[in-house]
Amino acid sequence: MARERAAELTDAAGRPPRKDGRSARRAVEAVWRIESARIVATLLRYTGDFALAEDLAQEALAEALTSWSDSGVPGNPGAWLVAVGKRRAIDGWRRAGRQEARYAELAHELPGSADGPAWDPDEIDDDVLRLIFIACHPVLSREASIALTLRVVGGLGTDQIARAFLVPTATVQQRIVRAKKTLAAARVPFEVPPREEFPARLSAVLSVLYLIFNEGYAATSGPDWMRTDLSREALRLARVLAGLVPREPEAHALVALMALLAARFPSRVDAAGDPVLLADQDRSRWDRGLIRLGRAALARADALGRGRGAYGLQAAIAECHDVAASVADTDWAQIVLLYEALGRIAPSPVVELNRAVAVSMVEGPATALRIVDGLAAGGRLAGYAPLPGVRGELLARLGRAGEAREAFAEAARLTGNDRERAALERKLRALG
Amino acid sequence: MPKYMLIMRTTDDAVENFGLPDFTAVIEAMGRYNESMIKAGVMVGGDGLAPEPGLVVDFDQTPPVVSDGPYGETKELFNGFWLLDVPTIEEAAEWAKRAPLAAGSKLEIRRVTDESDFPDANEWIEKEKEWRASEQPS
Repeated sequence: MARERAAELTDAAGRPPRKDGRSARRAVEAVWRIESARIVATLLRYTGDFALAEDLAQEALAEALTSWSDSGVPGNPGAWLVAVGKRRAIDGWRRAGRQEARYAELAHELPGSADGPAWDPDEIDDDVLRLIFIACHPVLSREASIALTLRVVGGLGTDQIARAFLVPTATVQQRIVRAKKTLAAARVPFEVPPREEFPARLSAVLSVLYLIFNEGYAATSGPDWMRTDLSREALRLARVLAGLVPREPEAHALVALMALLAARFPSRVDAAGDPVLLADQDRSRWDRGLIRLGRAALARADALGRGRGAYGLQAAIAECHDVAASVADTDWAQIVLLYEALGRIAPSPVVELNRAVAVSMVEGPATALRIVDGLAAGGRLAGYAPLPGVRGELLARLGRAGEAREAFAEAARLTGNDRERAALERKLRALG
Repeated sequence: MPKYMLIMRTTDDAVENFGLPDFTAVIEAMGRYNESMIKAGVMVGGDGLAPEPGLVVDFDQTPPVVSDGPYGETKELFNGFWLLDVPTIEEAAEWAKRAPLAAGSKLEIRRVTDESDFPDANEWIEKEKEWRASEQPS
């Protein structure tokens, strides 16, 4: 029977038949998405070496692709992958004549079965948190942290990350290899940062997740693992993180911010793929489930009683928009207050520009134009297309068509986005 | 990202196999399972259906006939569901495999439709969107 099957189905390379290569591959990918962080964290605890742990995990994954195609997914796939990783670690140590191989055997940790639990349930959450802190360590570049976080914590393949960031797979691979070398060179420990470093380190993790989110937010939809999925993945990772550090208001606030922004995804581009301004979006298409999730997360952050940070304030602004039935119905006065607070704890000319838009809705375009002109005079937003874009809107509302045209033309010159340019040119034409 | 529903069905055999379950143990196993999906950030929702028989409305006749049930002759009783936010049906299946269910139980996995399944605007789809929008978040 087996021989018949082999005779029928052996592939050109003479390898054993695969029952269904595609579905096996997808099953392995599914397991990996769920388990990768815990597998790498467990192997990292076992070997004490991040680069080695990640390599071992990838080798185990490769072995799973072959083995599971033939024999199906094992009952406890996480334990299977960890067992393979540990076995390969010992093989490597033995070849190198290292002591660890003997210790591992003496400690009866020699894996042979995948029956036992893959990890200690009391320790694994902390280990995953340590892993997140390593992937977002300040010695790494932002690009490296993003790639490492998505691969190790998110369980994405290098090719998926490459597609999402519109770069060649080799580039992502290089970033990951370099990141691992950097972590080794910096002797980055496997630990949750000590108390005095914790706030800054947590803030680094939050900003990496937010960058991933924004990468997807800026994109339109597409098939398979494309850019919009990045935002959902970032939201998922933020929820994982908030579960690991439940006493940190900004972690919940980041979940809130992402959910409240992602809720508007369904309506932010039109059928032609052109961006739709908030004012023109079909609010009935906003995702009520995500709005509920976001508001609940913001309430959790607030309930910790430590005030709102930069993410909390931005989430609160997003909430004001999400609960409003229309632009006219929006609590712009509250948004102005929130932008003022945000500008104090995280001063930025972009925040100031957004505040100006909110001010224009409360006090009218003249007051807002003074803020925008102040920003333009400051020069810190030179070359930033939204500055003349907003200025043009305000001038148009004040009936100063000539100046508005100039501002829109400048914005159209500055933007790198074709669709945005088209929208600005439409505004130009509308001014006659 | 699509949503998938895991639909739990239990046969009379499963109930028999399971015997009188230790309620605390069931709650604990289900709790751990749900927690693992919450921690992974994929759980959207879920509920169980009460075990006492409800009513069945049968459309074989006009007007439809309402009777007690389903129970007894029913092969598979729908008794609960989970709603997951995961990118692929394979990932939904991988989560489903981890559910603490006994032999005789089945989990059916189905993608939940969203508005991309109904690209053409139509009066009724618009009405439903309005209803969804007016259902203010709590």
